[in-house]
Amino acid sequence: MRSLFILLTVLLFVLILVLPFLGILAGAGAEGFAAIYEALMRPESLHALQVSFIIVLIVTLCNGVLGILFSLQMVRGPWLAGWLRPLLNAIVDLPFAVSPVIGGLMIILLFGPNTLLGAFFENVGFKIVFALPGMVMATIFVTFPLMIRELVPVLTELGQTAEEASATLGAGPIRTFFRVTWPSIRWAVYYGLALTAARAIGEFGAVLVVSGNIVKQTQTATTLVYQDSIDQNLVAANSVALLLGLISIVILLFLEWMKKRKEDQLHAH
Amino acid sequence: MHIEVRDLVKTFGDVAAVNKASFQIQNGHLVGLLGPSGGGKTSILRMLAGLEQPTAGEIYFDGKLVNPIPVQDRGIGFVFQHYALFKHMTVFENVAYGLKVKKQKRQAINERVYELLQLIGLEGTENKYPHQLSGGQRQRVAFARALAPKPRLLLLDEPFAAIDAKVRKELRLWLRNLINQFGTTTIFVTHDQDEAMEVADDLIIVQKGRVEQQGAPWDIYNHPASAFVASFIGESNKLKAPVALQGFPELSAYRAGGEWQEGTQVFIRPEAIELRATHHPQTAEAGEPGKITHVHFRGDAWYVEVELAGGMTLFTYQPLHQEALQAGDSVSVFIQQLFVFAPSDIRILENRSRKGQRRLYVYPTTEKRSGSK
Amino acid sequence: MLADRTAEGSLHLAHMPVVSGCQESFLFCRPPLNYVWRDRKLKVMPTVTPYQIAVRSLLIGYLLVLVVMPIAAVYAEGFSLGWTPFWEALTAVIAWKAILLTVKLSVVTTVIQAVIGTMSAFVLVRCRFWGRRLFNSLVDLPFALPTAVSGLMLLTLLGPQSLLGSWLQAFGISLLFNQTAIVIGMVFITFPFVIRTVQPLIEQFDLAEEQASYTLGASKVYTFCKVLLPAVVPGIIAGGLLTFSRALAEFGALSLISGNLPGKTQVASVFIYGEIENFNTQGAAAVSIVLLTLSFLVLWAVQALQKRRGIVT
Repeated sequence: MRSLFILLTVLLFVLILVLPFLGILAGAGAEGFAAIYEALMRPESLHALQVSFIIVLIVTLCNGVLGILFSLQMVRGPWLAGWLRPLLNAIVDLPFAVSPVIGGLMIILLFGPNTLLGAFFENVGFKIVFALPGMVMATIFVTFPLMIRELVPVLTELGQTAEEASATLGAGPIRTFFRVTWPSIRWAVYYGLALTAARAIGEFGAVLVVSGNIVKQTQTATTLVYQDSIDQNLVAANSVALLLGLISIVILLFLEWMKKRKEDQLHAH
Repeated sequence: MHIEVRDLVKTFGDVAAVNKASFQIQNGHLVGLLGPSGGGKTSILRMLAGLEQPTAGEIYFDGKLVNPIPVQDRGIGFVFQHYALFKHMTVFENVAYGLKVKKQKRQAINERVYELLQLIGLEGTENKYPHQLSGGQRQRVAFARALAPKPRLLLLDEPFAAIDAKVRKELRLWLRNLINQFGTTTIFVTHDQDEAMEVADDLIIVQKGRVEQQGAPWDIYNHPASAFVASFIGESNKLKAPVALQGFPELSAYRAGGEWQEGTQVFIRPEAIELRATHHPQTAEAGEPGKITHVHFRGDAWYVEVELAGGMTLFTYQPLHQEALQAGDSVSVFIQQLFVFAPSDIRILENRSRKGQRRLYVYPTTEKRSGSK
Repeated sequence: MLADRTAEGSLHLAHMPVVSGCQESFLFCRPPLNYVWRDRKLKVMPTVTPYQIAVRSLLIGYLLVLVVMPIAAVYAEGFSLGWTPFWEALTAVIAWKAILLTVKLSVVTTVIQAVIGTMSAFVLVRCRFWGRRLFNSLVDLPFALPTAVSGLMLLTLLGPQSLLGSWLQAFGISLLFNQTAIVIGMVFITFPFVIRTVQPLIEQFDLAEEQASYTLGASKVYTFCKVLLPAVVPGIIAGGLLTFSRALAEFGALSLISGNLPGKTQVASVFIYGEIENFNTQGAAAVSIVLLTLSFLVLWAVQALQKRRGIVT
């Protein structure tokens, strides 16, 4: 009975998770290793990877710094007493419930060339939609909650006494943050950053809508995969997808490794 | 450091945790803030430290108003209830932290840390991390960390709450000696009266955010200023219904019908009750007749419950060397002293029928009681 | 602020720092304080430092610009032409068929996940077998993979060029560009949710409770159904709701494998994308509003459930 369930589960995992990945390996390798290399070295894929990289960098940095700042406020800000804290909590979670396509639609509705804000920014020479800023915004929208959701429970569990102890010993806020708070939340922050980066690399729907998917301008790695598969250029699509998939798996393994570190750190008494 | 607190108030939302608390503490004293849980003791301590800002009221250190001075600059040492050691730092780094903040020389830091580690008996642990230490050891490290920058005021928040009962007793004495050695003014919060009595020179009894009484443990025990203090410190029999007791004619003044007057409470300490078997002729004269209902052995004494003729039950302790009583024995119950707390006055009544014969307590020299009001 | 009032009291404040709230920081987020004399008493007046103002406005502003305003914009656009066009956009055959299809298939996906997710969670926690840790890490793969890559994976795997695809074709089974394909895509994308919400509940479950049931004479199956299952049901529900919400929203994978036949295999998110491409933002917004509102309700339900039962996802 028990082994039947184990068998069933293993089968399920192989069918749902492993098989598709093998499929992509086979798809990419159908014409040999050289084809994969060639597909990756196309100018449009290099450019797309570069755009993805820039977006990931900006988004991870933004969400990292602001995420720490916001989490500290959300856990400890006294001004958030009463109804404001639950409201902000709910708002932070909203992006989880929004379809990426709708996330993209939002940015277009707010900053598209026909809107008040969009027209204003375009006049000062700052293009948002169908350009990098819009894609960054869309990605931030989608990844915004990850860092905060990672840090808030850690900060809550951590409590404030170690920081208070530091203050009673004469340490100022900056020293206290870097010497006392940071070592305790470090792994959670790294974990949040990795999650954010993974999500940012993989973001597709919102970026597709906002970017307009213009080759060698606003095309990212994921939208390139989409474009290639629609164009029936399956080997090329699979090659880029394979690269993205490998990056994802590396991040996943990294996260798994960090999860243990993070828990050890929190529970080291 | 001399400390003065005036009309301190702290409200959290609508709840007043501290409500107009005022007290003074002499330089070099070791003072216990004692009271039931949730009575505002910790809030007072945190406000003294500067970790919490008072809603109203003033705090003076050596006559200087310190309200606007941030925690960092108050020159205090604080030992947290669960130690709050820095988990990712070694024992050495923990103790050295406050000295590094002060930008002391490396040599001086090393000397001071090793001196303290020796003092707390933890030499050789300097490279261990807090999670490698036992509860008692962590407590000592927290203590050394707080003392390292030579604070002028040491604040301890329930310092022994998280430690095993056995180790706790040992640590108390150790702490007391250590503080005496340093001569630092020290305030500690506790809800354990044994601990407070054992360690403190002076007690401040706090309840519902107010200071109920301040004084030496001896005075507080023997001259409680309120019904709360009488019932909180030590054990007491509370007389629920008024009864006429031989030797206490004054009691009738506090009676109204079959009840005590509104707001009046009467307490008898167990040690103020003397029990004698009725066949002893010499003590039979002034006692209430009673019957033993329950006896059990407590190790250092017998715990005895006795029912008076009126139906009232009292408990007391019978020394082991006296003759053992048994349930069902008829006894004569002699009450030497009782406390009356009435809205109009607070009195300690001595039994009049044996006036001048014997006083229950021999007071110590006045010198030791100098801390009382 | 303090020095000129010293005459009123017996204080010597000259040497005191006049700076208020210097102990306040982003760490001790208590409001900084000013000290003011009133009624001959020193009163504390909470004030806010420029740093605090900056952080607070940044937080609120960021949330407003990045979350609240965009969502509001969708609702505004949907109703921009009034109630009737909104209703017309929704009741257009293609639109409501897309919504209906999405909801229907999401429900199917949720039911499938509730069953296989619960089973997998049990096996992963309770059974020791070779590769358990590896499988446990693999669970999160669909979260880590870009959705477009997931779509392409399924497209490649089930397509006629692949071994599996051609084999299936020989039996006359097609798993691409039809409703089955959409369900497969949804199941892949939402795979971790139920497992990850149920797992901690099984881990936390006190074995003594189960053993107590055995000592009372209950069989294994009876114990499972009456003792263990009720304990994990909240997790299944929460995970199921998250699955449903995610399935509703999925775009990347489905756009590649659904086939996008309007009225037949076109899901709502792909429909919205098409409308945006055709510059019909009002129509896109109208359908978005339905999806968003549904998702918000689900999210709210999950949070309410978690608050009540104390489940951590």
